[in-house]
Amino acid sequence: METTDIGLWGVPLAMLGGAIRVSTPFIFVSLGEAITERSGRINLGLEGTLVFGAMSAYAVAVMTGSPWLGLAAAGVAGLCFGLFHGWICKFPKVNDIAIGIALMLFGTGLAFFFGKPFIQPSAPDLPAIPFGTWSDIPQVQAALNVNVLFLIGAALAVFLWWAFRNTRIGLIVRVVGDSADAARAMGLNPNTVRLLATGVGGALAGIGGAYLSLYYPGSWTERISSGQGLMAVALVIFARWNPLGCFAAALLFGGAGALGPALQSVGVTQGYYLFYAAPYILTLIIMIATSSPSRALAGAPGELSITR
Amino acid sequence: MTDTVSSADVRTILDARGYRPALEWIARRAETFVIPLAALIVGMVLFSLFILAVGKSPVQLYETMWRGGFGSWFSIQNSLSRAAPLLLAALCVALPARLGLVVIGGEGAIVLGGVAAAAIGVALNGAPSVLVIFLMGVGGVAAGGIWIGAVGALRHYRAVNETISSLLMAYIAIALMNHLVEGPLRDPASLNKPSTQPLADIYRIGNIPGMEVHWGLVVGILACLLSWLLIEKTRWGFAARIAGGNVRAAQVQGLAVGPLIVGFTALAGGFAGLAGMLEVAAVQGSANGSLAAGYGYTGILVAFLARHNPLAIIPVAILLGGIDASGGLIQRRMDLPDATVLVLQGMLFIVILFSETFYGRFKLFNPDLWQRST
Repeated sequence: METTDIGLWGVPLAMLGGAIRVSTPFIFVSLGEAITERSGRINLGLEGTLVFGAMSAYAVAVMTGSPWLGLAAAGVAGLCFGLFHGWICKFPKVNDIAIGIALMLFGTGLAFFFGKPFIQPSAPDLPAIPFGTWSDIPQVQAALNVNVLFLIGAALAVFLWWAFRNTRIGLIVRVVGDSADAARAMGLNPNTVRLLATGVGGALAGIGGAYLSLYYPGSWTERISSGQGLMAVALVIFARWNPLGCFAAALLFGGAGALGPALQSVGVTQGYYLFYAAPYILTLIIMIATSSPSRALAGAPGELSITR
Repeated sequence: MTDTVSSADVRTILDARGYRPALEWIARRAETFVIPLAALIVGMVLFSLFILAVGKSPVQLYETMWRGGFGSWFSIQNSLSRAAPLLLAALCVALPARLGLVVIGGEGAIVLGGVAAAAIGVALNGAPSVLVIFLMGVGGVAAGGIWIGAVGALRHYRAVNETISSLLMAYIAIALMNHLVEGPLRDPASLNKPSTQPLADIYRIGNIPGMEVHWGLVVGILACLLSWLLIEKTRWGFAARIAGGNVRAAQVQGLAVGPLIVGFTALAGGFAGLAGMLEVAAVQGSANGSLAAGYGYTGILVAFLARHNPLAIIPVAILLGGIDASGGLIQRRMDLPDATVLVLQGMLFIVILFSETFYGRFKLFNPDLWQRST
């Protein structure tokens, strides 16, 4: 009934709600990747970490009945993947991008392997806070039903933005990322810093995966991720390694991802699959627009192999 | 008088018989052979530990894998059929890699190559079969070539990272295929699995005589041989190897790096597109969601395992085709998930990349050790 009442207004409203819902994994993965890349390494394996995080969160939530324990499990699993990437990349001639691709395949394979028995049972969801109770319109209520992880992600973005500028740890990460030699001169071990930065990045990506399986879409299937982990890496470049930029870009991507379902909800089904490609096309356009062959990217960590 | 022969004597004898150059030749090449092989074995041992940890017998697993992949004429043919698209998909990674580019979106080129071939085959229904099959091949190569060539062009002229852009383009290609197969190109008769209209039988590619393996295997092997000749024996290949080593040096030498990058990536994508065309013309009979079967991703592993050498791709693709083929048998016989094969592939991939760190570390492989002492 009400669906027809607000007519086409349903599209921007559904996109807003969708942006909030869809963007949360982007926020966590891109913040994690921002930490890793600021330290001078790139971890393309976060896609695999995301999928494995989604599986482990769901499995633990099914077995214990607590979504928060699931979330913790996903964080720990992500930490392990991140630490492994950080450790193996310290060896000479080992390419961090290629290892990332391998971990992407390995993480997804492992998640499918252990996730098989958990496709059927259902797990408890992470809680959401209804901010839309003032309205009688169900679409508004649905759009403003905000999951706690989104709020935590937003707070984390602000905190990281502050921490990179104002804390000792933030400075250490930035020095290692800009010049390993300068870091060594300061008595820092770049490999240790990168190991920890990649570990934290992996933990955040795991949490992003937990959101996928425990809230939206809210179940574990083998098609749970559609490349969010990878798009988040591109998104960090677009955001110029700035955590606040990552948050804004994640919302933008979430909105693009919600375009297809939003149009479908008001009856536009033509070209559904093309709208489904919107986030990928948007990422590609942004990458083309912001890259340049003649100058290095502003704000890029000096040691990052992807911008050299 | 003594029976023992000093090492100096050995060298003299070897010199006299002309063995020394042979030893040097072997030492020079042994490294690129022994290290990947050792890595393969280490990867399989690690996988055994994993299988033990989940409470199954690794011996039984490898035995099942052997039986499913290479144990009988039937399974060998099955493996070879799966190797055919892997050969072409691996070239899509290996050729750009010689230029220092990591292109991982071959899946997109396979999918679009298949759709283009199917569209041509349906549109030209009624024309002579040789012409149609040829044009389907051209269409597949063109679709894949444009797709990955664009990745190369973006890389060179806009400095867009090719790894990420190629993977994004793969997602876009799959969305495009779904759109075309469920919309404009859909055969109304395909209810459960949206597909394009089936190709007429005369436009299908058959099997190699005496085998249950389609001609795609021959095409794939030929493509590998041609790629090897291109890289090792032509001036373009030489230029590509220089640019892969150091782009700046190549530019100083006056090499046209831009056209080189676009040309190599387009050729690479063309091979992947051809794999899609073969899947349609020889296996599926129409374009549908089965085109995105993951050959593009396994191809990445094949190329890295072969260290981007087109000749080495041939045995590696057959090996991984066999591992792929045994997945079903492992699932049925050992009650393990079908993702078991993915775990093995992931482990092998990581170990192979890790083994890069050992190149140049062993004295045994140093040709100087075997060189003439004065």
